Amino acid sequence: MKYTLAVLVENRPGVLTHISGLISRRAFNIESIAAGPTEEADTTRITIGVEVEDEFELDQVVNQLSKLINVIKIINLTYVDSIQRELALIKVRANKANRSDLVDIVEIFRAKIVDVNRETLVIELTGEEAKIDALCEVLVDFGIIEIVRTGRIAVSRGPVPAKEM
Amino acid sequence: MRMLGAEAVIECLKAEEVEIVFGYPGGAVLTLYDALFKTNFPHVLTRHEQGAVHAADGYARATGKTGVCFATSGPGGTNLVTGIATAYMDSIPLVAITGQVGVSLIGKDSFQEADICGITTPITKHNYLVKKVQDLPRVIKEAFYIARTGRPGPVVIDISKDVFNDTLDFEYPDSVELRGYKPIFSGDASKIDLVVTELEKAKKPLLFIGGGVNISGTSEELRKFVESTGIPVITSLMGLGCIPCDSAQHLGMVGMHGTYAANMATMECDLLLGVGVRFDDRVTSLVKNFAPKAKIVHFDIDPAEVNKNVRSDFRVIGDLRWSLPLLAEKASMQGLQKWQQETGEWNKLVQEWKKEKPPASELEAAGIKPQAVIEKVSELTKGDAIIVTDVGQHQMWTAQSYTFKKQRSFLTSGGLGTMGYGLPAAIGAQITLPEKTVVLFTGDGSIMMNCQELATMADNGLPVKIIVMNNQVLGMVNQWQRMFYGKRYSHSSTKGCTDFVKLAEAMGVTGLCVTEPEKLDAILEKALKMEGPVLVEVLLPATEDVLPMVPPGGRLDQMVLGGVF
Ligand SMILES: Cc1ncc(C[n+]2csc(CCOP(=O)(O)OP(=O)(O)O)c2C)c(N)n1
Repeated sequence: MKYTLAVLVENRPGVLTHISGLISRRAFNIESIAAGPTEEADTTRITIGVEVEDEFELDQVVNQLSKLINVIKIINLTYVDSIQRELALIKVRANKANRSDLVDIVEIFRAKIVDVNRETLVIELTGEEAKIDALCEVLVDFGIIEIVRTGRIAVSRGPVPAKEM
Repeated sequence: MRMLGAEAVIECLKAEEVEIVFGYPGGAVLTLYDALFKTNFPHVLTRHEQGAVHAADGYARATGKTGVCFATSGPGGTNLVTGIATAYMDSIPLVAITGQVGVSLIGKDSFQEADICGITTPITKHNYLVKKVQDLPRVIKEAFYIARTGRPGPVVIDISKDVFNDTLDFEYPDSVELRGYKPIFSGDASKIDLVVTELEKAKKPLLFIGGGVNISGTSEELRKFVESTGIPVITSLMGLGCIPCDSAQHLGMVGMHGTYAANMATMECDLLLGVGVRFDDRVTSLVKNFAPKAKIVHFDIDPAEVNKNVRSDFRVIGDLRWSLPLLAEKASMQGLQKWQQETGEWNKLVQEWKKEKPPASELEAAGIKPQAVIEKVSELTKGDAIIVTDVGQHQMWTAQSYTFKKQRSFLTSGGLGTMGYGLPAAIGAQITLPEKTVVLFTGDGSIMMNCQELATMADNGLPVKIIVMNNQVLGMVNQWQRMFYGKRYSHSSTKGCTDFVKLAEAMGVTGLCVTEPEKLDAILEKALKMEGPVLVEVLLPATEDVLPMVPPGGRLDQMVLGGVF
């Protein structure tokens, strides 16, 4: 099963490598990992998507990560009512003939076209992973040149921040 | 006070009450060594950095204090790696200080540069790269705090050469502020009530003692609990010494080379209390067949140990110094008299196993019996010595045949199984405990891995007694090839050309040799009485096995017993 963890860490060099290294060394599979600064300057928040067999294995991931000195807190957001998003930039082939089809698709997905030239378009989309997967699939017919995705980030609904959960 | 970074390091060590440092100098740490010289700080020069780190480890295991070692940048640092990993696997408090190239040269493949933090990340509890002199006091304070608190472990501090030469206003912090590190001492006491309830219900309880008891120094508390409850005890390799090996309740070591009684009891018990153990695969064999009839209780300081290998039904997370006395107290309030009666049958059964299949010390074979060597040393030292081993058959024979009586009296690389550990670890122990008899049991393979440290031993006048169990083969490898590889002895013979007596003499250590069984006792007695360091080479037959043995992947009650049972 897939789980989403929010990991609050001290904003120090090497922490991200430490975390990703530990997870992969223990033979757990990282699905996605996204890191960035938070409302507190000295704290970084890392959102990790892991795929593990069961809760016992997840406990292991959490317990092992908790041992890292720079890890402040780990919150399992899997069962928390939360909003999950990912950002993708997709470069596709486009010409005069099919450009309007692409515009229609972009509209349906509520994506944005952020760059146009004679041969290509760049589409920007935020959404849940499934939505981004779906758009990518539709675009395959046009010819995808490249895809960049950030990996998922997640925040709980309601007033309580993860650091106080 | 204004001082150099290098001087500040020494001040920090003094503040941490460090008594001695083991190390090896080089370009990046010259200023640090200059500061050692000026302050006359106690330091032992080993002959290899691996020797320094193992010595610091042996010192830590024997005393319970934090071991400290120094090495220069690049090759000095990389030579520490095996020793750091050894300490990590056995949770030994250690601080390794390495030199790094100048700040402006870091990351440029400069001369003698290696990314020690990167290299040691998976084998340290934490590590630091110090590029600013102002950070030194805080970093060192944190490093010692991290190394010795919670589940202990090694911490590396990699310090740029510039930092040693830079100056600062030195002030040592009183406390540490680490947002992400709050080691727990006491846990949830209600969990212990649950355990006591389970204990009352159990008909066949068994205590399983591990290295955590040695590390936390809680053998006294444990003994009291065992004596008052009469629960039979099994130990892991790392737990030896915590319960006197000759006490009635002690069934011996469990696992691959465990005793018949310990392994049978594990298969039959209905409640297994694991205390400071990590359920290593050398203990459990195939996990799904481990203690199949038992509910499992796990006492550990490290939450990450829970359910890592074996799934436990109850867990008590916290320092054993908190949980063990509380367990004893709560158990004694619950009227154990009655409970002891109910488990009488069980105790009778384990005693029968103990008698029926004694440990494999009665094998018939020509020549000197390895067990006889260890038993004689055991008799001569009365369980009062610090026993150190390397890795291989001799290690297992020592674990099986020496009658350990005290905690922290057995120093061995359990988790990583590091050949070459023994000699430097014995140095570390002897230097801090000059009055103690320190005996190293090693093999003809293992001693060669760090034999350069014989010189360190002699130069420091350390009276360690080294017993080289020379079977002219890499015995444990040889045994596996005999048992599982159709006797194809691929590269497991040491050919036997090395003269260990001469090797010892060449480095300033007295050398003795025993070839005949009749002379064994007298020579061992002589060696133990002699002053100064002595190496005794004992010639053994090459075909002695370590038995019993649970073949890899087998069940604990499917031991190969062998011998004359
Ligand atoms: C550094 C290292 N290399 C290899 C091994 C694998 N190994 C385990 S036991 C052993 C043989 C040890 O031989 P020896 O020291 O002569 O002891 P004996 O088994 O004969 O008592 C070897 C090679 C190891 N444990 N450590």
